Amino acid sequence: MIKELDLSVKIAGVEFKNPIVTASGTCGFGEEYKEFYHPSFLGAIAVKGLTPAPKAGNPPPRIAEVPSGMLNSIGLQNPGVDKFIEVELPRLKNEGATVIANIAGSTVEDYCYMAERLDVTNVDMLEMNISCPNVKEGGVAFGTDPKMVEEITSAVRAKTTKPLIVKLSPNVTDITATARAAERAGADALSLINTLLGMKIDIKTRRPILHNNVGGMSGEAVFPIAVRMVWQVRNAVSLPIIGMGGIATADQAIEMMLAGADAIAVGACMFKNPSAPVEILEGIKKYMTDNGIEKVTQITGGVIPW
Amino acid sequence: MAIYTIEKNERICEAAEIYRLTFKAPDITAKASAGQIIHIVCGGDANSLRRPISICECDGDSVIICFEVRGAGTRELAARGAGDTIDVIGPYGKGFPILSGKVALVGGGIGIYPLISAAKAVKAAGGEPVALLGFRNKELMNMTDTFDNYCDKVMIATDDGSYGHHGFVTAILEQYLDENPDASVFVCGPRGMMAAVSKISLEKGNECYVSMEERMGCGVGACLACVCKTQFVGNEGKGEKYTRVCVDGPVFNAKEVIWE
Ligand SMILES: Cc1cc2nc3c(=O)[nH]c(=O)nc-3n(C[C@H](O)[C@H](O)[C@H](O)COP(=O)(O)OP(=O)(O)OC[C@H]3O[C@@H](n4cnc5c(N)ncnc54)[C@H](O)[C@@H]3O)c2cc1C
Ligand SMILES: Cc1cc2nc3c(=O)[nH]c(=O)nc-3n(C[C@H](O)[C@H](O)[C@H](O)COP(=O)(O)O)c2cc1C
Ligand code: FES
Repeated sequence: MIKELDLSVKIAGVEFKNPIVTASGTCGFGEEYKEFYHPSFLGAIAVKGLTPAPKAGNPPPRIAEVPSGMLNSIGLQNPGVDKFIEVELPRLKNEGATVIANIAGSTVEDYCYMAERLDVTNVDMLEMNISCPNVKEGGVAFGTDPKMVEEITSAVRAKTTKPLIVKLSPNVTDITATARAAERAGADALSLINTLLGMKIDIKTRRPILHNNVGGMSGEAVFPIAVRMVWQVRNAVSLPIIGMGGIATADQAIEMMLAGADAIAVGACMFKNPSAPVEILEGIKKYMTDNGIEKVTQITGGVIPW
Repeated sequence: MAIYTIEKNERICEAAEIYRLTFKAPDITAKASAGQIIHIVCGGDANSLRRPISICECDGDSVIICFEVRGAGTRELAARGAGDTIDVIGPYGKGFPILSGKVALVGGGIGIYPLISAAKAVKAAGGEPVALLGFRNKELMNMTDTFDNYCDKVMIATDDGSYGHHGFVTAILEQYLDENPDASVFVCGPRGMMAAVSKISLEKGNECYVSMEERMGCGVGACLACVCKTQFVGNEGKGEKYTRVCVDGPVFNAKEVIWE
């Protein structure tokens, strides 16, 4: 019999009370889902992608349902990093949340500016979104070229002592190349996967559903791709990994951890099941109890490959 | 989030697949106000996103919604019957103001349903709701008897003239506003119609509230998928921004909405 389960995980020196994170862009700044779970319930919350100045985002429609998933092209609508530091961050920290600031720029200078601003706050970690496919000016270029990943990660690394997570794009031939580049440049952790570029067309109007024509695909359909990529990255680098992409159930969360994730993030599936983070944690506890696992960290990397 | 039991689901129009679905949900009826939205898991092929549907009416402990079959999700919903369950979150959003004066409720297509709860609320507040409803033809008319129950008057326009006024509902609105210059206007329907009704109302100097429609993700204000363009006046002057329909709307003062 196990007396007490240890659900805590340590990512780059930061203690998460459990391995459940909510993914950037799917949980705003933690206010909206309070009816279902409090931000302090989570291991950590990754807030909506921030830019140096406030950003209006793309014209609607910004979302389309696809089989077992969805496409989005929000276009990084956000109040800007300064407003975040002034309003949202103090509130979240007061509420006891572990906060990951997700930053998304168009230039290396943008990332450095935000890292410097956030470095002097009490934010827990920074997550560099170098893989958002929605910003035409360069989001994709940064995230898909290992040289660029290394360059931008080094530049940001020099600006902050905060634990630095690099969020990897799945829109690449070899994700281990960008993962290694981030590790070489001094990243403290990796998160993956961001969305896969997709498209949906209305055959009556011949118009794409999304006003942006293309958008990022996420949700259950991408789950096997995410598991595969986490597994590959686990075998290529020694950094901690926050695994995400299509996780909707505890079984999937456990699968992702077995593939090598130290923590997991829940995103699009909350739109259908806003209580998913709570249910997933309950399911993980049951799995641990049923299988005599005392520490949740023992699940990580436990896959037995052929 | 909760699972509720369906009490009734009946087709209410022969010419179109329009259903009226009733489910018992005292926690929703206790909170709901006119024009708010609920979000439903439909299932089947519609398995990733909830579907936003307006509350048509609260009747005691029961919520009534009306919907037209448009795709996979609404088709699933149409197939449910009494005793089946339904997974719903809500109510969410800012609904119609509860006014106690004259209110013209202008609706078209699936946009007429939230106006029923508005009519009921205005009537209960001592106001004078009048419905101006547009349909393509006589066969597609539905729920007009319910409007009759709550409204002082119901006026109908059909595109083909098979019933009531021949033409668009905007024509009868202009006439109504000329006769009732102090009336407010609530509108919900196809985008073009809402834009036209807003324009007419504002030009004549009448207050106007529009219930916007946009594709939604989370439904609770977290994902920023459901935005419409609005104008605001703030400390730094006038500007435009994208505002969430799901929680900052669906009802907006027409003065704020930028149609493009
Ligand atoms: C605030 C609001 C209130 C609504 N109230 C009602 C109502 O009371 N009665 C009613 O019949 N319909 C209402 N609708 C429209 C209804 O949400 C859509 O008809 C429905 O989502 C279609 O789903 P589907 O799976 O049948 O169609 P599909 O076309 O297969 O749906 C695919 C995706 O597109 C979205 N979508 C498709 N059409 C619309 C639309 N017109 N508006 C928003 N999203 C759409 C769906 O939600 C889904 O995510 C409302 C919409 C909004 C935004
Ligand atoms: C509506 C929406 C908005 C998103 N916005 C961001 C963002 O601002 N920054 C970011 O790094 N990722 C963003 N993402 C990607 C998610 O954080 C996550 O990586 C991806 O959706 C895969 O997880 P999922 O399948 O569980 O949603 C967004 C995803 C969605 C669905
Ligand atoms: S649907 Fe997510 S913010 Fe409105």
